[in-house]
Amino acid sequence: MRSTADSYRARAEASRGRARLAPIFVTVLVLLVAGASCRRRDGGGSDGRRVIIQNKGSDTLLSVAQAWAEAYGVVNASVAVAVTGGGSGTGISSLLNGTVDIANSSRTISEKEREEAVKRGVEPKELVVGFDALAVFVHPANPLKVVSLGQLAGIYGEGGTIVRWSQLGAQVPGCPSDEIILVSRQNNSGTYTYFAEAVLKKNDFKLGSRDMHGSKDVVDLVAHTPCAVGYSGLAYNVPEVAMLCVSKEDGGPCVPPTLENARNQSYPIARPLFMYTNGEPKAETKAYLDWIMGDAGQCVIYEKGYAPATQVTCK
Amino acid sequence: MSRDEERVDARDVAWYVDKVASTLIFVGGISAVVFIVGIFAFVTREGLAFVVGRFDFVEFFTSIAWRPTSLLRPTFGALGLIAGTAAVTGLAMLVSIPVSMGVAIYIAEFARGRTREVLKVLVELLAAVPSVVWGFIGLMIMNPLIIDVFDVPLGLGVLNSGLILGLMAAPIMTTLAEDALKAVPDSYREAGEAMGATRWQVITRVVLPAAKRGLVAAALLGVGRGFGETMAVLMASGHAIHLPTSVFDSVRALTATIAAELGEAPVGSDHYRALFTLGIFLFVITFFINLTADVLVRRVKKE
Repeated sequence: MRSTADSYRARAEASRGRARLAPIFVTVLVLLVAGASCRRRDGGGSDGRRVIIQNKGSDTLLSVAQAWAEAYGVVNASVAVAVTGGGSGTGISSLLNGTVDIANSSRTISEKEREEAVKRGVEPKELVVGFDALAVFVHPANPLKVVSLGQLAGIYGEGGTIVRWSQLGAQVPGCPSDEIILVSRQNNSGTYTYFAEAVLKKNDFKLGSRDMHGSKDVVDLVAHTPCAVGYSGLAYNVPEVAMLCVSKEDGGPCVPPTLENARNQSYPIARPLFMYTNGEPKAETKAYLDWIMGDAGQCVIYEKGYAPATQVTCK
Repeated sequence: MSRDEERVDARDVAWYVDKVASTLIFVGGISAVVFIVGIFAFVTREGLAFVVGRFDFVEFFTSIAWRPTSLLRPTFGALGLIAGTAAVTGLAMLVSIPVSMGVAIYIAEFARGRTREVLKVLVELLAAVPSVVWGFIGLMIMNPLIIDVFDVPLGLGVLNSGLILGLMAAPIMTTLAEDALKAVPDSYREAGEAMGATRWQVITRVVLPAAKRGLVAAALLGVGRGFGETMAVLMASGHAIHLPTSVFDSVRALTATIAAELGEAPVGSDHYRALFTLGIFLFVITFFINLTADVLVRRVKKE
């Protein structure tokens, strides 16, 4: 009996000993958390004078926006530009939500988005920062060199009758089935919307296209697939694919997708690229946008394979 | 001594620790229910406005025209997506059920010692491959392989994603099936052998029937895995809306559609709500798969 009681007491003692440790644990934990948050606050403090510009939107503009942000870090170290992609729609909706300073977009803001902006008291201000030409890519083995907008609509558009390469007069080596494999984009990308507007004249796409989730994926798939045709930004051109010369009318003169042709708008599927701000840009944001529109910024977009918005001479 | 006993009975630290522990365990226990109800409530809340408003039952289930962002007239036909998911999951099951049952029978009934341990570890290692890596394999290795072997223009489709998905579902099915086989008491096998049955007869007539409900559960869990897998299917299926007529056709899965489009769908738009409706549909289907598994298991249990 006695021994049982002793062991009880011993156990109670032991657990109390453990219990005495508990507050210490808690204290340590609290200190750790406090320390961590303090450090974070300190970090914020030392960055206090460093202004962060939030920049979000179009995946087409993503690589350029990142290059701008990086180059601007050298020009003005007190400003950091945080760039994220996600698509033109995401960028504009973030601007309407007030979570970003600059929204990148590869299309103009839609009527719906304008209405939403008015509702939220946001005043989207548009700035053309450069031009993008949508190139039509085929496999390099494909003998086809020229395509018209009408033919493209027949290839991609709902109700279009062009489903075989031979209908375009091309015998594609490595493509015995003669079938045209359509490579497209997911239905809410800016590139998809622009193609629907500029080429399909707002008609629907044919169902059954392979809808890739990025501009680069389109080019990659076309490079590996002799039967395929795809569209993507000019900047995504690689030696493993060929770009078609595009004519406005069947049999008409075609315009090759080049920077020059994109800027002078002679290329039929070239579009301006936009940056949107809420109202007139102010202070740091204004300085950043001015720099982008200046020679240095425009040469960055040129180096990325897009056409600059202004006439500049880059080395 | 009586003082000692009083101290033992007192609400000391151990008593509180006990209370806290049991509360924590209770919360952990019901959290599964809370989460599942919460998820269902959230998905339904986001999708319901579409289901009661814009939703066209006939269009959703009979049209393949999934054009949520059409500039002419948005349509929300999910038949192509449902067919895509069904085709890919079906092929995956055709691949993975025989393979994983075979492997499970070998590991549980034939393999001994070192071989057994090595095999088990390898199977479990297969389960550790992230799904995006499987997708990558589908895109970079299987795609050119299928093009070469079958002489088709594109290797991204039902065959590619079905094989990938089958391989992904196989490890979990193998492990579960092996557990089910191991749970059959050795006395059953001994009794069978005592009656002069060969090893094959023991397995097919004694062990497999005895382990039936575990095996069914394993297979159904694999189906659930196939239904819900997103990344690998997105990458290997070709992501094209299409009613598949051959295994080489590209298809698009329900999950892949949500993954690809939700990020850019404006919050609150018809498109956004339609994607959540797909989510509700997926949720309901998975629920019924699990319910069927449960009913089957119970019925087998009763027999």
